[in-house]
Amino acid sequence: MTQDDLTIADPKMKAEGVNVFYGEKQAINDVSIDVGTDLVTAFIGPSGCGKSTFLRSLNRMNDTVASAKVSGRITLDGEDIYAPSMDVVQLRARVGMVFQKPNPFPKSIYDNVGYGPRIHGLAPNKADLDVIVERALVRAGLWDEVKDRLAESGTALSGGQQQRLCIARAIAVDPEVILMDEPCSALDPIATAKIEELIHELRGKYAIVIVTHNMQQAARVSQRTAFFHLGTLVEYGKTTDIFTNPKQERTKDYITGRYG
Amino acid sequence: MALTNDHTVKAFDEDLNRLRGLISEMGGRAEQALLQAMTSLSKGDLDLAAQVVRDDKKIDALEAEVEQLAVQTIALRAPMADDLREMIAALKIVSVVERIGDYAKNIAKRVALMDQTRSIEAIPLLMSMSNIVAELIHDALDSFAARDAELAVRVTVRDKNVDDFYNSIFRTLVTFMMENPKYITESAHLLFVAKNLERMGDHATNIAEMVYYVVTGEHMEERERGETPEDSASAEQEQG
Repeated sequence: MTQDDLTIADPKMKAEGVNVFYGEKQAINDVSIDVGTDLVTAFIGPSGCGKSTFLRSLNRMNDTVASAKVSGRITLDGEDIYAPSMDVVQLRARVGMVFQKPNPFPKSIYDNVGYGPRIHGLAPNKADLDVIVERALVRAGLWDEVKDRLAESGTALSGGQQQRLCIARAIAVDPEVILMDEPCSALDPIATAKIEELIHELRGKYAIVIVTHNMQQAARVSQRTAFFHLGTLVEYGKTTDIFTNPKQERTKDYITGRYG
Repeated sequence: MALTNDHTVKAFDEDLNRLRGLISEMGGRAEQALLQAMTSLSKGDLDLAAQVVRDDKKIDALEAEVEQLAVQTIALRAPMADDLREMIAALKIVSVVERIGDYAKNIAKRVALMDQTRSIEAIPLLMSMSNIVAELIHDALDSFAARDAELAVRVTVRDKNVDDFYNSIFRTLVTFMMENPKYITESAHLLFVAKNLERMGDHATNIAEMVYYVVTGEHMEERERGETPEDSASAEQEQG
């Protein structure tokens, strides 16, 4: 019954007092949260609540928005990711991202997965790259479906397969954290179930953070849930507690469908 | 906690309201069955007793209807948080109310097996006990309808009075049987009536505990339970 003990032992990423501004507008207000490798964290909340903005600040995707400004402190293994010394390309290899719409490169399945490891110098020769590509595709649950047609274009796969290809692509560079922004919203229920199963399997190997509008999905795949509203983190807790007995009225109204 | 009927999907509110309405109706019928069973007992009214037995089928039918609606609502609306707790509580509460109806039916069935009950001095005590039990059932279901955790707590506290009545009636009937052996059959039936009433009080308490969980999300603290003759007997056996 207790909601105590929410501490994450040995957090992979730590956000402390994070604010994000788009120009004058403050999109995120003083958010602090820890993300660990053993627990999948789900961010839920209505559209415009800031959950995606916050997710994107975790691997500096907001850098690409000229007006975006991030303050506060976000660390990966204790290292400030906004420090001038941080190599952003390297950071995004360590903190991978999977987007709402599958976005494979218009290249072969093999090259989609092999591109990252090659440019990051993880594969000195073709044999090494073969091993990395196969392992990533196996982990993404796609290997059996594509092993005989690795030379075909990634864009020729079905939506669900494309999304798993994108996950394989993220995994291939051996990341520590995987951020997923609505990874199933463009997929059918079967493909969604496969991604959810994959998230379950990847738990423990990578710290996983998933943003989802589908509360049932958050309930199914995560162990911790964070509810965002109007740019603030309203409630953070064990997923079972959030969905059976939320402490905050705003959380309850949202998850029971009384919002707005 | 307010009685919030403001889901974005209005059909969900309609389902919830229908569910609450059915449970209220079921509770009302169970309370009425108890009062009618006791009236038939005190007056030896066999027609009324037979009616209680017949009416129990309606309580059973309501239970089935609530179960179906709750399962359907869980499947179609995927309720969360207090809505989810309410669905689960609704399922449990109707099975408890159905049991209360069964106890009333059981009391009614005994009326035909007893002659001359009116001369037994335990009868007025049983009538007073049944009034308290009927109130507890009523208040437990009111606390569900009104999401009233405080009323629910008061129900569990008042169940102690029912236990006290049971202990007192038990002793009265045992004494009475020793002095009036020709009333042993009636007295034995009345012991079961007292036991049924005591169990109904416990069931009202169970409902109140479920309501408390629905409203607060926490389990009610274990209350100090009154001790019945069976408890002391088993305690003595354990010691021996």
